[in-house]
Amino acid sequence: MRASKNYVGQYLLTVGSGVVMVVALAMVFLYAPREAVMGDVQRIFYFHVASAWVGFFGFFVTFLAGVAYLISGQRRWDALALSSVEVGLTFITMTVVTGSLWAKPAWGTYWTWEPRLTISAVQLLIYVAYLMLRGSVEGAEQRARLASVYGIVAFVTVPLSWFAIRWWRTIHPDVLTGGDRMAIAPRMIHTLVVSIGAFTLLYATLLSLRMDLESMRDKLSRVRLKLERRSRL
Amino acid sequence: MSETLLAAYAVFWGLTFVFVLSLWARQRRMEQELKRLNETVEMNPSADG
Repeated sequence: MRASKNYVGQYLLTVGSGVVMVVALAMVFLYAPREAVMGDVQRIFYFHVASAWVGFFGFFVTFLAGVAYLISGQRRWDALALSSVEVGLTFITMTVVTGSLWAKPAWGTYWTWEPRLTISAVQLLIYVAYLMLRGSVEGAEQRARLASVYGIVAFVTVPLSWFAIRWWRTIHPDVLTGGDRMAIAPRMIHTLVVSIGAFTLLYATLLSLRMDLESMRDKLSRVRLKLERRSRL
Repeated sequence: MSETLLAAYAVFWGLTFVFVLSLWARQRRMEQELKRLNETVEMNPSADG
């Protein structure tokens, strides 16, 4: 009964996420106005910002799940932390790659070592290292404890990345909270909000699928343990 | 429409597709392993019941 409820919930989430994504795409290409200076290439902005938001949110979930694991010691929090890192990394990779593609026509180069981009690259590597760390620790409890602490400490890269364009001199525009290097029309704001909603739903869908994988891994571990016990008898 | 814009949106969908594909592949592998282990358990009924 519970499994079928989960399945229905996951199905509704997937369909809902798909519908909102189609609406977001339609708004990006048909509703949002063409930006006066950059032209059509500025339409990268909506999904670039939305994927960054979801990536940061994913790492925030890992931070919270890490704290919850250290307090409770429950395996489900560790599964959530790991799942959220994988989904978050996918979105942050989108942000970095699409940002780099956009940088070429906007700044004349695919990459420059300015504060925001440098912190994004370091953040990406730090969370890849989280996955490598998990792979290198043998005991399940020790792995979960170590990964929780790492996930909490690694979260410092999120506020650092957010404030990088406010604290240091940088060529990356601060479109959302100040600066006027790119004119933001109301229709652009509507499109951005819907895109963020669509990406948040996509995050929830992917997270739910990834969590299923962890449940299956736990089931597999239980059967292995059962067999091990039998072979000892 | 600019090539850069198309490339950027291809990256969004491409990475999402790769992630879902990796989930599917891992799930399939685990299901096979689980099936194999369950068969082993059934073939060796034992002491722990």
